[in-house]
Amino acid sequence: MVRIFSIGLLFVILINSSFKTNKPTYPENLSEWGIFEGKMSQLIPKKDLVPYALNTPLYTDYAEKSRLIRFPKGAKVDYKAQGVLDFPTGTLIVKSFYYSADQRNLGKDIDVMETRLLIHESDGWKAMTYVWNEDQSDAVLEIAGDQKQVKFINPQGIAQQVRYVVPNQNQCKGCHNSNDKMMPIGPSVAQMNGDFNYSDGKQNQIDYWKTHGLLKSVPDGDLPKAAVWNDPSTGDLNARARAYLEINCAHCHRSDGPAQTSGLYLTAHETNSTALGINKTPVAAGNGSGGNLYDIVPGDANASILLYRMKTKAPGERMPELGRNLVHEEGVALIQQWINEMKINKP
Amino acid sequence: MKSFVLFFIGTIVFSMQGLAQADVQKKLQKQLILAEAGAVIEIPEGVFEFTNTLSLEEKKKITIRGKGMNKTKLSFKGQTDGAEGIRVSNCDDIVLEGFSVQDAKGDAIKTMHVNNITFRDVKTEWTGAPGPENGGYGFYPVQCDGVMIDKCEAMGASDAGIYVGQSKNIVVKNSKAYYNVAGIEIENSIHAEVFNNEAYQNTGGVLVFDLPDLVQKKGGDVNVHDNYIHDNNFPNFAPKGNIVASVPTGTGILILASKGINIFKNKIINNQSVSTGIISYFTTGKPIKDKLYDPYPSAISIYDNQFERQVGRPVSADPLGMIVSKRFKENTPHIIYDGIKNKALLDANGNWTAGNCISIINNTNQSIVNLDASNLFKDMAIVPNEMFNCTNK
Repeated sequence: MVRIFSIGLLFVILINSSFKTNKPTYPENLSEWGIFEGKMSQLIPKKDLVPYALNTPLYTDYAEKSRLIRFPKGAKVDYKAQGVLDFPTGTLIVKSFYYSADQRNLGKDIDVMETRLLIHESDGWKAMTYVWNEDQSDAVLEIAGDQKQVKFINPQGIAQQVRYVVPNQNQCKGCHNSNDKMMPIGPSVAQMNGDFNYSDGKQNQIDYWKTHGLLKSVPDGDLPKAAVWNDPSTGDLNARARAYLEINCAHCHRSDGPAQTSGLYLTAHETNSTALGINKTPVAAGNGSGGNLYDIVPGDANASILLYRMKTKAPGERMPELGRNLVHEEGVALIQQWINEMKINKP
Repeated sequence: MKSFVLFFIGTIVFSMQGLAQADVQKKLQKQLILAEAGAVIEIPEGVFEFTNTLSLEEKKKITIRGKGMNKTKLSFKGQTDGAEGIRVSNCDDIVLEGFSVQDAKGDAIKTMHVNNITFRDVKTEWTGAPGPENGGYGFYPVQCDGVMIDKCEAMGASDAGIYVGQSKNIVVKNSKAYYNVAGIEIENSIHAEVFNNEAYQNTGGVLVFDLPDLVQKKGGDVNVHDNYIHDNNFPNFAPKGNIVASVPTGTGILILASKGINIFKNKIINNQSVSTGIISYFTTGKPIKDKLYDPYPSAISIYDNQFERQVGRPVSADPLGMIVSKRFKENTPHIIYDGIKNKALLDANGNWTAGNCISIINNTNQSIVNLDASNLFKDMAIVPNEMFNCTNK
């Protein structure tokens, strides 16, 4: 009896101690990071963080997003024509997800869901997410994910309700993944080559980064520029559709991403038409095929698996797998038009 | 005593007392995120409901252990998020044992980029009637090296119950697959031993496929032996568009475009359309644009198997089954070969070069039809056994 007890005690001690050493070394509360100034829920950054935006952002259940980046003191990042910039160790990327009560009045009366941090440590990027509390006074580190019900009025004036899902730590890596390593997705030159309303005026983000000493070795002349998915003045239908697919799908659907097993690669620079899905048979779509034969049937969006998976809400069928409980109607319309106007080329 | 203590160091008993189901999800997921190398995460007897995928990522030497496939049940009937029940990725030496995964909205258990994944005494099932709304795969290791599936069961998958894709060094043994579209499927995989399994009441019992447009291009060295593959006559319920939707109802074994396959000492009984089929990718009617893809089956050896079927027409309503049914009626041959050969593997006389032939010898009740599929079935006929009397050894 004594022996059983002592083993049990040993067990408890060892588990407790192993959990202690394993406790995240990151702060429990978002406030401890010193990212925001003033009332936290207004998401106003301190001076050492630079806000930025992407030309074509990832859709996440109609949430609005605020993006910030903090460089280690004095650090710069090298220009890179394609792909996410190689940020130096010590870089912190901050992304907050929120809803304005009425999206016809953006930024007013906001409800912040979560703030995600990507930190470039010496052994690679680490991701963590802080879930905001009810009274919006702070956010708490949550490794196992969460969900919240949120109501908002959309830009068309229609009341919406969504079950907003905060991913768990493993799910972060489901998307933020290149060759099985954690990676940021958004901040590339092409995605940031556009204007931003800084506190001291509107300016092109690449110019701003250059003049503020954040970006070095920037070549002269035209730089890569991703189209703004919903602004026809920034690119033709093909450019906008490819930019949309790149940011919404290609973080997984690329040759070094988690969806490489499907053989469907949706990066903006993919040139193999089968890899892009044109007349391509699915590999493991299951009921996600929606009864259709090919990923993309040129000229026939409604017979294309890709569009079906953007339109369905069924978990296990819908794409993207995470952060998409509501159909992105405007994105669907873009891809629908892109496929319908594609030159017909029967298999 | 030392090893005893070590065992306890890593054992985390998943305690459920007084937890609401939402908290169960969070608690178990947290344990999976915090688990250290060597940890054993124990799940007690009972039914536990989950609304999101349970995921294990970038871990070494983790065991998730229930009290047995019929005692510890993880139900995903109310799943609202995630594309699979359990997902394991970028890990080494993972053991899943002693539980069942029920009614996942997508695939039941997906493991990707894992070195050494063991499934033991695990069941994946969709508990209602088999139908296209069921998830695709039960067991779904993909791009793994070292896959062991032992004493497992798979039921109700709308694609394959036990599926191993784009992987290496695989054993599937002592397992059962029933009421799936495909019972067991080995796809674009290298070095697989599939033996002592029972596949029954599926649309197709055992499939060995090589498909185009994938990262791991070519499978091979697959041995399917000592299995009991019977009564696979369940009407195909795969959603259209999936390759298994073209598997004829009533298929025992189907070899599609694979190379280096040995099928021996199996009992292949009462699979009423195609006891064993050997076909090229052309026969699927699907386009091929992958220049590195080899669509022809070759180096296939089928020997010492026992074939039986009940007298009667093939049960398949798909084109392949219909053609065979119309021609041979009640006496459909056991082995169906589409006759499309890779000319690069033939000598000047049109015979197979060494080591590449389709060898069919010494099977009980052996009978073979050549579909002559490349000539629109013009010369479809039962062919003499001697034509396949060659060896790849």
